[in-house]
This record gives sequence, C-alpha cells and structure tokens, in this order.
Amino acid sequence: MKAMKLNNPSIPLSKGDEKKSTFKFIISEFKPKGKLLTPFNIISIPIIITGVILIVIRFINGIGSVTNLTQEVPWGLWIGFDVVTGVAFAGGAYVLTFMVYILNLHKYHSIVRVTVLNGFLAYVFYAGALLLDLGRPWNVINPIIGNDFGTSSVLFLVAWHFLLYMIAELIEFSPAVAEWLGAKRARKFLSGMTIAAVIFGITLSTLHQSGLGALYLMAKDKIHPLWYSEFIPVLFLISSVFAGLSMVIFEGSISHKVFFNQISKKNHDAQNGIVLGLAKICAAAMFAYLFMQLLVFIHGKRWDLLNTTMGYWYLIEMIGFVILPMMLYVYSYKKKNITLVKVAAIITMLGIILNRLNVTVIGFRWDAAIRYIPTWMELVVTLTVIFTEIWIFRWVINRMPVLSESPAWVNEKK
Amino acid sequence: MSINRRDFLKTAGVIGVSLTVGDSFAAVKNKGAEVEFHGILYDSTRCVGCLTCETVCAEANKLSAPIGEPKPGVLRKTDEKHNTIVNCYKTSKGEVFIKTQCMHCNEPACVAACLTKAMYKTKEGPVIWRGNKCMGCRYCMVSCPFDVPKFEYHSSNPKIQKCTMCFEKIQKGGIPACAENCPAEAIKFGTRRELLKEARKRIVENPTTYIDEIYGDHTAGGTGFLYISSAPFNELGINTKLQNKSYPELSKGFLFSVPTVFVVLPTILLGIYEATKKNQFNESNEIE
Repeated sequence: MKAMKLNNPSIPLSKGDEKKSTFKFIISEFKPKGKLLTPFNIISIPIIITGVILIVIRFINGIGSVTNLTQEVPWGLWIGFDVVTGVAFAGGAYVLTFMVYILNLHKYHSIVRVTVLNGFLAYVFYAGALLLDLGRPWNVINPIIGNDFGTSSVLFLVAWHFLLYMIAELIEFSPAVAEWLGAKRARKFLSGMTIAAVIFGITLSTLHQSGLGALYLMAKDKIHPLWYSEFIPVLFLISSVFAGLSMVIFEGSISHKVFFNQISKKNHDAQNGIVLGLAKICAAAMFAYLFMQLLVFIHGKRWDLLNTTMGYWYLIEMIGFVILPMMLYVYSYKKKNITLVKVAAIITMLGIILNRLNVTVIGFRWDAAIRYIPTWMELVVTLTVIFTEIWIFRWVINRMPVLSESPAWVNEKK
Repeated sequence: MSINRRDFLKTAGVIGVSLTVGDSFAAVKNKGAEVEFHGILYDSTRCVGCLTCETVCAEANKLSAPIGEPKPGVLRKTDEKHNTIVNCYKTSKGEVFIKTQCMHCNEPACVAACLTKAMYKTKEGPVIWRGNKCMGCRYCMVSCPFDVPKFEYHSSNPKIQKCTMCFEKIQKGGIPACAENCPAEAIKFGTRRELLKEARKRIVENPTTYIDEIYGDHTAGGTGFLYISSAPFNELGINTKLQNKSYPELSKGFLFSVPTVFVVLPTILLGIYEATKKNQFNESNEIE
C-alpha cells in the first residue's frame, strides 16, 4: 500500500495498454490508495460511523429523536448549514465556469475541473442531507413526477434546479470521467456539450442561489428585521459569488499541499496568480454586497434596531466578517501576499456561515421563549456529510485527471 | 382525509387541463360548480371555555383528549396531537376565552409553499393536507404566519397535523365537529360571505359588547376563520401585527422573475461567449 502511493496513477496511461475490461478496471479502482492511518482518516472514520448510526436511529424513531427541532423552528442546522450554507460555498463552480468558458479567461482554466467536481459533490451531498431532513423522503420524487407540480412554491423551483444543476455539473465534469476510463469517443461527445451545460448551469445557479434566500420571503414575521428584507434573494446571490470563490481559494490551498504530487509544475507556478486574481474578484463582489446591505439597512430605517443585542450581532457580522475580509482582500492583492489572501478567504467563509445561520437559525424566531439549539447529534450528522464528501472527493482526485493533466491522447487528437 | 375517487378524477382532470390548455380554460370548468369559500365565525363573547370543541375535535380527528384547562396566565398551544386549543386571557373586558386553530386563509402561505400541493386549498374553503403527496419538508410550517401546521417529530411515518375544518364531513353536507357541538353557539359554520354579514350584524346590533373589528376579514389576505370579540385582539394572544396582504404575495415577485431570467440570461451568456470566442482562438494560436 505504501509503495502504491508513490506511483499514484494520477496519469492513468498504463491502463490503456493493459487492455483490461472497463468493468474490471472500475472494480480495481475501488481499492483504497494511499495510507489508511492519516490524521484525517483517524478523525473522520469514528465520526462517520457515529453519524451513520444516528441516521439509522433517525429513520426508525423519527427526526425528533436526534434533533432539537420544534413546531416553531422546523428547519435547523441540517437546512441552515448543510443546504443553505453549503450551496453558497458550492457557488464557485458557476462563477468559475462563467469566467473560463463564457469570458474565456484562460488563466483560470487549470482550476475549473476541481471546482466543478467540488460543486457537483457538494450538491449531491447537500441534496442527500436534505433527504435526511425530509419527514417522508419516499415522496421526494413527487414534484418531479408531477404528484403534484407545486409551481407556486419557491421550494419547487429550488428542488428542480438542484436536480438540473447536478446534471449540468455532471456533464461539465464528464470529460474527466471519460479520460479516466479511456473512452475517447465518449470524451469527444461529452466535451462538445460543455458550453451548453455551462450556460444552462449558470442560469440555474443564478436562480437557485437567490431562490434559497427567496425561500424565507414568506417568513416575514419570523426572521429578525435586520436580516429580513425583500432583497434576501439578491443578497444571497451576490454573496454566493465571494462565498464560492473564497471556498475555491481555501480548497486550492489545501489541495496544493495534500495532492502536491499530482499538480504539474506549470499549474503550480500559476496558482499564485490565480489566487490573487480571485482575491480581486472577491473584493469587488464584497463591495457590491456591502453596498446592497447598506442600502437595505438605510431603506428599511433600521437605526433603532442597532442598539440591541441582535443589533450588535449584526454589526459584528457586517464589520468583522464583511468589511474586514474585504479590506484584507484588497490589501493582500495590492501587496501580492498569498497568505493574507488565505486568511481573508477563511474570514469570508466564516462570515458566510454566520450570515446564512443568522437568516435561517439564529435570527429565525429570535424572540421565541425556547430557542432552538442543535443537538450534538445534528452536528455529528452534519460532519458525517462533510467528511463523506471529502472522502469521495479524495477518491476521485486520486483517480481521475482533475488536478493532474489529462492523458496525452486528449491533446493528440486536436 | 382521503379523497374519494370521483373527486380525485375531477381534480386530476382540472390539473390535466390546466397543465395543457392553461389556467383560463380550467377556470371556466370550475365555474360550473358554483362553490363558495366556507368558514367559521367564532364569537368570544359567547364562549364559556367548556372545551367541548377540543374534545369533539380530538374524537373526530382521532387525536388526543385535551390536556389541562384554559386559565389566565397559562398558554396552551396546538400541537401534533391537538388541532384546536381554547385559552383564557385576563383583558380590559374581564376574562375572555379564545379558540386557536388553522385560519384557513383565502390565499394560504402553506399552500403556496408546498412543492407537491400536499397542502391544498379546496374550493369549498378548508385547507387540507394530503399525505400521499407530502414529502415532509416542513416548508409549510416555515411559511405559515400563524404557526399552524404541526409535524410528528417522533414518528418514522410522520404526518402534518392541522385543523381541516372537518373537510370530509363538509363534503357529505355536514358541518365541522366543533361548530356542530358547541353548546354556547360560539362557533358558527357557513359560507364566508354569510359569516361576515352575520359578524357585522352582531357588532352593529351590540356596539357596547363588541369591539368594532372582525379579525380575519383582511388579515393575511383574509381568512376563513373569523373572530369577533369584546376585548381588543392584541390582549387575546392574537398576532395583530400580521400584514393585510396575503403571504404568497411576498414571494410572487421572485417567482415572476424566473421565466424572464431563464430567457434573458442564457441569451446574454451566449452573446458574451460568442464575443470573447476570438480570444480563445488567438490565445490557442499563440500557444501552438
């Protein structure tokens, strides 16, 4: 096993020669590669096992047996964090595909695949997390098969968009799968669909990133007025741009350490330029977001709300987690300081978590006598979802040409 | 709660028609039925807090018998085992009883929220829940301004529980259990139009007894359940700050923008793509 790590088949050239059947090849790829006892594995395996047990309990005894959800607060951590925050972080995929395929900014091409993969897995797992939160998950296909089409529902839109966007992202990513399997003709066909999938995917993303905010429009009397406005959809959309890109910066800095041996020297050297470029875009998006927030605040005449506990909390979010990271992004871009960009990315991500939870959990029924506080079990299940996703991510990265270069035959044909 | 076959076919027909031909045609078909929204008028001046309504409601809906009794200072709440609750408040007009249950809005937030139309506003007026459609997402609970739908958190096959205005009884020509059995005649069932007339009549004829307001006339776009009372409603634990616009109105703007975005955005993206395509060729030429 240890020896295998060195000749990690990031460039699966050998398999074409071996003439193995595709089926046998796939089976062989399911075997683990790399060490089993890494720090990440040691932490994640017990949590995943506990999480799976909790999920079983949840399906036998009902949602109430593992969560603290109440009749007044029916959506908690699983929706507020797993779905609403997770999808914002997955926004990097639509922003990057826009930059690379629509604007043709080639500088960012080398990180598109890993970002799309990340986005795709995020959607698969957050839609999965959604299933855990559904009381009657066996009816989940009803809005798809038309039993019935609840077209007046924002959630109907979001559900359909999740599904379609997953398909779009799968198409965007599929050339990498074809390269992994050595399917040359399939690759040609699939990569021909990329532009269509990208345009479709960006449109879907625009609508469901804002749609996640629009879900809360009808909860007008339940969300703290500092976080409720008719502009929630717009705020969610703009913030998904820098949430997604900050995630790309963060994930990139980790991938470049963990999967160091897969990344070509050319791409490795280009990384700093990419990170600085993304920092600039983040700063601009955050400025737009801040301006919009300010507009909503002043327009809503909310000055008197500031001098309350929730008001201070709002100021912490706005100053500490929007203005501060925005300034950091600008500063680090000017000084070409990569470390500072990463710090800014982490603060931005914390700010996004804070903002989404403020709308969906902390500010939701903020005046209730008994507040909803998630159980440790809800946290463990959330971690299980995240860790399982990372496991799959690592599995794919170690096998398919995502961070590594495509096999030679891809360029030969051009 | 189940719907008989004829009604199912009728609904399916209407939906089928509206899906293919559009809403206008379906609306014409519906007109022939000539059904008006029904509702309930609750008169708190008549209510004596005997809990008959709670008891018969539990029997009719196979739920749990009432727990405790209305007392000032004690707030009892509806839950997944109790569709209706009567509370007692100390007000400027003395102790007043007030009944809580689903308001059966004219334009219900829960119905607009439901992505499978499991929450359904019947043409007779009651808002009902249909288990064969519901996926248990609880978005109805998030959206309802009155916090009415309740979820069975401790069941592996959970249902949404709420007052259905005894829809099955109404369909057979009956009246809701609470209205049928109220010994004080505080609960009156009828068409919404008749009930509003009746409520206004009572207020006009007894101006000293009633405050000059019908709760539910305009709140949340109008509700099927109407209240008249001797004490101001904000003293009775009723949320008087709710908007008069219907709640689905709040997300309408967003939903209306969706088709526009779906047409305009891809066009723009395609335009930009074509415009910047040149760069792609230039760059790749340079590389080669």
